Amino acid sequence: MKRIACIIALAIIFAAQSASAQTLKAVKERGILNCGANGTLAGFGLPDAQGKWTGLDVDVCRAIAAAIFNDPNKVKFVPLSAKDRFTALQSGEVDVLSRNTTWTSSRDTSLGLNFTGVDYYDGQGFMVRKALKVNSALELNGASVCVQQGTTTELNLADFFRAHKMQLKSVTFATANEAIKSYDAGRCDAYTTDASGLYAERLRLANPDDHIILPEIISKEPLGPVVRHGDDQWFDIVKWVLFAMINAEELGITQKNVGDMMKSSNPAIKRFVGTEGNYGEQLGLTKDWAVRIVKAVGNYGEAFERNVGKGSPLKIDRGLNKLWNQGGIQYAPPIR
Amino acid sequence: MPTDHSVGQGPARVAFYNDPKIRSIIYQVALCAAVAFLVYGAATNAIENLRRAHIASGFGFWDTTAGFAISQTLISYSADVSTYGRAFWVGLLNTLLVAGIGIVLATILGFIVGISRLSKNWLLAKVATGYVETIRNIPLLLQLLFWYNAVLKSLPAMRESIVIPGGAYLNNRGLFLPEPVFLSGFDAVVAAIIVGVAGAIGFAIWARKRQERTGQRAPVFWVVLALIVGLPLIVLALRGFPLKFNYPQAGRFNISGGIEVLPEFAALLFGLSIYTAAFIAEVVRAGILAVSSGQIEAAYSLGLRPRPTLRLIVVPQAMRVIIPPLTSQYLNLIKNSTLAVAIGYPDLVQVFTGTVLNQTGQAVEVVAVTMLVYLTMSLVTSLLMNIYNRRVALVER
Repeated sequence: MKRIACIIALAIIFAAQSASAQTLKAVKERGILNCGANGTLAGFGLPDAQGKWTGLDVDVCRAIAAAIFNDPNKVKFVPLSAKDRFTALQSGEVDVLSRNTTWTSSRDTSLGLNFTGVDYYDGQGFMVRKALKVNSALELNGASVCVQQGTTTELNLADFFRAHKMQLKSVTFATANEAIKSYDAGRCDAYTTDASGLYAERLRLANPDDHIILPEIISKEPLGPVVRHGDDQWFDIVKWVLFAMINAEELGITQKNVGDMMKSSNPAIKRFVGTEGNYGEQLGLTKDWAVRIVKAVGNYGEAFERNVGKGSPLKIDRGLNKLWNQGGIQYAPPIR
Repeated sequence: MPTDHSVGQGPARVAFYNDPKIRSIIYQVALCAAVAFLVYGAATNAIENLRRAHIASGFGFWDTTAGFAISQTLISYSADVSTYGRAFWVGLLNTLLVAGIGIVLATILGFIVGISRLSKNWLLAKVATGYVETIRNIPLLLQLLFWYNAVLKSLPAMRESIVIPGGAYLNNRGLFLPEPVFLSGFDAVVAAIIVGVAGAIGFAIWARKRQERTGQRAPVFWVVLALIVGLPLIVLALRGFPLKFNYPQAGRFNISGGIEVLPEFAALLFGLSIYTAAFIAEVVRAGILAVSSGQIEAAYSLGLRPRPTLRLIVVPQAMRVIIPPLTSQYLNLIKNSTLAVAIGYPDLVQVFTGTVLNQTGQAVEVVAVTMLVYLTMSLVTSLLMNIYNRRVALVER
């Protein structure tokens, strides 16, 4: 771990001048998008046995690649731990970080990063053994809690126990893998991470049915893709790729019907598919950029259900992540 | 012949760039300039890149509230008020604790195994050989994971804690020991301990001088035992035992109170000590074999038995060979303690280059400080070992 940090620090020191500007040009010249992803979290970023990456965060990167290259497979996924992810992005090792990363003010400013939007509205929760007969996070006074380091989770955990005047014995691990394994081995009474992560990690335990997820959500965790400061064009592209996925769902454009939508006479759909206006060119992309995205990964709702919703083993309810006009808070500015 | 011409004309004249003295100066100046340029280039480039990306730099974060919890803290630390700077010291002390105890344990175990490998007892020698060959050929990281899982999996859950007589508990959350609390009047006992130790050292020196002078031996062991253990105990009794114990109490989830030894600490300490001891054993064996067998035969012919021969003749001479490679093993142990990250022990790298780096995003500063700390620790260890080496080295005339 220390070695990785050293290499990354050196990379920052010697990073070429052009690293921060002109990301789009660099990606096109390279012919492949470097995407920082999770690598161990089912539903968000995880390679299968054949090395094919899947997940909601992964699909955002595939959508960016589709918009640029018209090929969702022109992505190199770089698995990053929570504590190495920002340095990897700052140093230019990845072009975009799409790794269930919480948007906070300090990360947006002093870390030199820009959050481009929210692809999953999450919140932190706790998982405990059923045998403990704990029904609320407020009963955890004096409990040992396993947590992954370098996360907002680690800070929220300390905040929550402090705010409720409870004793905390936190045990911190460098990766989620080690943290969940130690929890499974009985080192801790509770395991904490974002609620979506709890559902995913529970499936990896020896006996998933012996564990329950407590009802309290103790924090706001808006998760989204991140880029470096200093390249507005790239910032716009990553931001609008996600907006395009959300707009597609709102306009009823799906992976299946996107071909037919080319003939639509609805002006909003015409602007989306590029038969009217030059909105893709304004981004530095092509006219059919949004069509490419939907063809590759589907609209936001499709990507959600396939990776974390009904179509996946996680079966997470869409909740806050429903569209704004269906009772959720997912909302994208219009393309025009 | 050209040599004939130069005879009687002083040294041969050579162009200044062929003069070896000037040449070596030029080379050194050029090397220094190249290194300086490299450092300057790296520094300005880093500052420029950080500035352009609007990444915070400097050490302003040092006094900012940290806001995260640490599982083992030797100095008081709390998430609400303690700063990143405080977290740095907590991590550093945790590193020093595990490295310090690890060095002591590894040295003791290493000497025992190293000497056992040379033992005439066939079984003992083979067991020691097996230990060395097994342990030093398995990567340390695997051993640490093995120890951590062995500790976690084999110990019972908190509710089925093993109760150790005397009020201690052992479970998969750690070892919980009664903590001594010193009441007023205990300072007299501390004073007694100091007096006892000082007296014991004085007596030992006097006894040795007397033996050198007259050949008479004094019962050093019993007198030292009486002074160091007996005297404080008598004072303790006279003062009415001003000492009580803070016993660990079982709560709903955990045992609290008392002294807590974390399983992460135990696993790291075992792993580091056992691994390094295998290398120290080989260093010790090499050192002993380096002592010429004539020395041992001479000692035997003077009538010394095997144990005094080992203690008075072999080990002092072997130390000269042992100390330099032993220093390297100590340095390895200190640096290997950074593998703590793999098993969640809050050492300097885990706390500072892990959480603090990530929360502040200031990789350059944090990594630079960490490298400086390890460099300092290693140099201080080398310095101490060099001083000791100079004391035991053969004084040549």
